[in-house]
Amino acid sequence: MQIPVDGFMYPNEIELQWSVLIVLYPFLTGLVAGAFILASLERVFRVEEVKPTYRLALLTALAFLLVAPLPLQLHLGHPERSFEMYLTPHRSSAMAMFGFVYLWYLMAVLLLEIWLDYRKDIVVMARANSGWKKRLYRVLALGSDNISEAALAVDNHAGWIVTVVGIPSAFLLHGYVGFIFGSVKANPWWSTPLMPVVFLFSAIVSGIAAVMLLYMFTGSRRHRLDTRCVDTIARYLFYAFIIDFSLEMLDLIHRIYEADESFRSLDFMVHSRLYTSHVVIQILCGTVLPIGLLALTQVLHLSEKVRLRTYAVAGVLTLIGIFAMRWNVVIGGQLFSKSFLGYTTYKMGFATREGLLTAIVLVLMPLGILWGLIKLLPPWSDDESLPV
Amino acid sequence: MKDSEHLIRLAAVFAGGLLFFVVIRSFFVPSSFGLYGHYRADAIKDVAALQVVHAGHEACEGCHSDVADLKNKGKHAHVNCEACHGPQGQHANDPMSVKPPLPDPAKLCVTCHEANAAKPRSFPQIVAKDHAGDVACNTCHVPHNPRIGDAPAPAHSEVKK
Ligand code: HEC
Ligand code: HEC
Ligand code: HEC
Ligand code: HEC
Repeated sequence: MQIPVDGFMYPNEIELQWSVLIVLYPFLTGLVAGAFILASLERVFRVEEVKPTYRLALLTALAFLLVAPLPLQLHLGHPERSFEMYLTPHRSSAMAMFGFVYLWYLMAVLLLEIWLDYRKDIVVMARANSGWKKRLYRVLALGSDNISEAALAVDNHAGWIVTVVGIPSAFLLHGYVGFIFGSVKANPWWSTPLMPVVFLFSAIVSGIAAVMLLYMFTGSRRHRLDTRCVDTIARYLFYAFIIDFSLEMLDLIHRIYEADESFRSLDFMVHSRLYTSHVVIQILCGTVLPIGLLALTQVLHLSEKVRLRTYAVAGVLTLIGIFAMRWNVVIGGQLFSKSFLGYTTYKMGFATREGLLTAIVLVLMPLGILWGLIKLLPPWSDDESLPV
Repeated sequence: MKDSEHLIRLAAVFAGGLLFFVVIRSFFVPSSFGLYGHYRADAIKDVAALQVVHAGHEACEGCHSDVADLKNKGKHAHVNCEACHGPQGQHANDPMSVKPPLPDPAKLCVTCHEANAAKPRSFPQIVAKDHAGDVACNTCHVPHNPRIGDAPAPAHSEVKK
């Protein structure tokens, strides 16, 4: 397969090494960090309105976190070797240390917080069920049956500590992903200290949007939709998005003003190969439009139905926009030659190990896991649930 | 104390997991790991035990002094024999039973000489299609002494036959 090249590329730049799966990876971890930060808001800052999404956000974070390493495994091949990263860690490798950030976040933060929060429900379900279900919930409860006031108070306290530790951990998790790109000195499209911050805020934006959409989507069928809650989340989305957008613009202005030796080349790329995905999809459709829509819901007095629809549209556009942002960072960073004299093309396979089909399966997989988690650990209490 | 008993169970699970990891680790990490650096020291022995595939040009020149004399007078003087002939360690050890195949100039020469903007300008480059068309490079060039006029007639193997 001949890859179309304009101008001059070094031989090792013609074929892209980092595929759509590497686009997916920061997208998925971003959703994790964002969802968790939304959950933490309720817990640490006691925002009552978003309480109905607290558990949903935690389960969403878990479902996406479980899938997040898969794109990397598929990209590298030899998944069995990834374990060696834990056995003989190399401290000078950012990528290797990420394994520990991941493990810490999964084991010490997310699972702990979910367990502490659900413990009462788990014990109640262990009591109410029989057979294998009872056994399953008993194992999940670690054999404990104590849900006295005092024990729950202990849980609550411990959960609070975990959340407080969790917020910087979530920041670390996604800041790290940005850091991995931002620290590639040789690539002017990536190498900026703003990268971790931009990644973090876009992660928060995408996580909030995803939880909002999931809450609205499950709303009609599984639980009563609390409009006040959706309104509040949409407002957070709006604020977070404005910060994210300003940061990205700051980065852009900085680049334009600095106009270093890479600028002409990158500028040309943004106006040619990356025009659709960067300017049209990421900036116009994925950022300006949803911010505009969210702003409308803040200033106009729309009816509930119109408001919810607007949120839904804005949420979907947001996710598309953030995905496009990951795409433009990962793929865009490999399209131009380090000689600044030429451009290559990304050819995505379809049913290959790193192809489109794989990517689609990887996006759907967390939703499947989330469905299972919701069955296992229902996030809605009885009074929120719809009468059957 | 009674009311935080479940947390102690949790801590026990974590401690168990950690212990399991430590056991697994001592089991899986090769004993020579880290002796010299961040790698398995025994790997050095493994690599040293591998058969040497290249003989080096001094070895070739001992037996093929005619080729060496021709080559050392020409522009390919500093191109190693095995850069074109591939690794021939086995042949050098036992020339009678291992006979190297002759390189195909149509594929060989362009790997170095096909024009490419990334190559230094001073390096001789041609666009094979325009320069030679379908004619084999060694019709005109002597591979071991390639500049036209430097060597006598092309010692083309097909010509010889
Ligand atoms: C110990 C002496 C010896 C050494 C060292 C040696 N060769 Fe040879 N080589 C021979 C002999 C003898 C023949 C002829 C074998 C035959 O015709 O069956 C031969 C044949 C060849 C041929 C094939 C010639 C043909 O007409 O097919 C090539 C090519 C060759 N050698 C390359 C090399 C290279 C490259 C090296 C260095 C890595 C090398 N030789 C090292 C003795 C040697
Ligand atoms: C620039 C690439 C190149 C280098 C360097 C080179 N060869 Fe060759 N050699 C060839 C090619 C091509 C042929 C086949 C010629 C043909 O088919 O006419 C060949 C043929 C031979 C033959 C077969 C007999 C002959 O002379 O045609 C021998 C023996 C040989 N080379 C040995 C050597 C030795 C020894 C060296 C190092 C001193 C060496 N070659 C370096 C390209 C090279
Ligand atoms: C491994 C790389 C390599 C291969 C393969 C190779 N060459 Fe060369 N060639 C060189 C180098 C290096 C020089 C010397 C360049 C210099 O003097 O700056 C050279 C010089 C030449 C020159 C002299 C150009 C000039 O006028 O200065 C010619 C002609 C040539 N090669 C033809 C060939 C042919 C024909 C073949 C195939 C049999 C071939 N080369 C295979 C590396 C290679
Ligand atoms: C029809 C005869 C012929 C054939 C076939 C041929 N060449 Fe040449 N080549 C020449 C002549 C004559 C020159 C020297 C005049 C010149 O510099 O243009 C030359 C020059 C060169 C040079 C030096 C160019 C420079 O800029 O100094 C290289 C390299 C070269 N040839 C490589 C090849 C290669 C590789 C092939 C096979 C694909 C090949 N030649 C086939 C006749 C030929």
